[in-house]
Amino acid sequence: MMWSWIAANGAQIWQLTWSNIILGVIPPLIGLAISLPLGIIAARWRWFYPPTLTVVNVIYAIPALALFIALIPALGLTDTNVIVALTLFSLCVIVPNVIAGLRGVPPSVRQAATAMGYGALRRLITVELPVAVPVIMGGLRVAMVSSISLASVGQLIGVSSLGYLFIDGEQRDFPTEIYVGLVLIIALALAADLILVGIRRVLTPWMARS
Amino acid sequence: MSFFTYAWDWVTQSANWHGSGSIPQQILAHLGYSILPLLIAAVIGIPAGVAVGHSGRGAVFVVNLANSWRAIPTLGLLVLLAVYLGFSFLTWLLPLVVLAIPPILVNAYEGVAGVEPGVRDAAKGAGMTSWQQVTRVEVPIALPLILVGLRTSAIFVVATATIAAYIGLGGLGRFIIDGLSSYQYGPVAGGALLVVILAVLVLGFFALLSRLIVPAGLRGQGKTE
Repeated sequence: MMWSWIAANGAQIWQLTWSNIILGVIPPLIGLAISLPLGIIAARWRWFYPPTLTVVNVIYAIPALALFIALIPALGLTDTNVIVALTLFSLCVIVPNVIAGLRGVPPSVRQAATAMGYGALRRLITVELPVAVPVIMGGLRVAMVSSISLASVGQLIGVSSLGYLFIDGEQRDFPTEIYVGLVLIIALALAADLILVGIRRVLTPWMARS
Repeated sequence: MSFFTYAWDWVTQSANWHGSGSIPQQILAHLGYSILPLLIAAVIGIPAGVAVGHSGRGAVFVVNLANSWRAIPTLGLLVLLAVYLGFSFLTWLLPLVVLAIPPILVNAYEGVAGVEPGVRDAAKGAGMTSWQQVTRVEVPIALPLILVGLRTSAIFVVATATIAAYIGLGGLGRFIIDGLSSYQYGPVAGGALLVVILAVLVLGFFALLSRLIVPAGLRGQGKTE
């Protein structure tokens, strides 16, 4: 390790870290916003479920690098390209969890809400979705961690992120740079994960703190 | 021109199908580079996951692994090894094995740990030894999830092998990496299309496999992830 390199390149490292945050954090959030309505539809109309799951599995099987490349004619070598691709992957992880979360709401809970005079929409928003939060959050966590890590692959098509440290470090035969990239990406992913766990605790105060 | 026209034009050029580094050769190479690490990961991951699921010891570690292994950037791991070892057998094999173990281990664990206590008790009550309980009851019941783990790892290995072309590995990633460095979109798109087809075939293979080897009474229990 050459600690002096880190000190000398602080500004650049910070800039790459910031790019990696933008590329990694935005996709799961957009993914969540799209997954909620999709999952609600699929949980409600059962015939919608098997085709959704198949599509989701097939998209998730596509290697990230291949998806970035497929989007080049439409979106170019841009941040948008990587964000759109990672959003698609996020959908694949979050949608099944939204469905599973909503389906896992105990019938007795649903019936109690109905008996108290809740309409379908109010029951969905104030009872079913909150009960489904832990499962949905499980999907969001996987999407967030993968997305922050996969954003670095975008560097292979020239989209700047901490992946730059990998490519540059390899070309210059300079392990320090690669270690910095590895540690920062893993730290970012784990920090984002911890924040999501914290948010889940706030949203589900009735759950045991485990 | 769209991605598919570029890809199709390149894939259908007959020159790309002959000689060294041709499409059929790279497809076979890609499969070879993927199968070996997957097998090694399965040999390590399945027994370990089953053992943890059966005994309950180490469960916390496995559950945390399930969430955190995705944080490891594969590109970073590959270039780090390349810097230290140059391009060797271990440079590509080691990261692929390391990254393929967690999904296999975690799903095998979840499959076995999720066996209903009643079923476990019945097996014990029928006089089965611990070994028999594991091999005749718990593993067959966990089979759908074990296959999901293998499938997730297989998909992951195929994708990572593509990236490993950057440090010199053969396979379909060669077309992509070489095309990118020479600014030719044809082979890049064509290589990407072939990788996608390969990944979808792997998915289909596991769907077929689970139909063939999962006991009829257990079908439809595998979940995504």
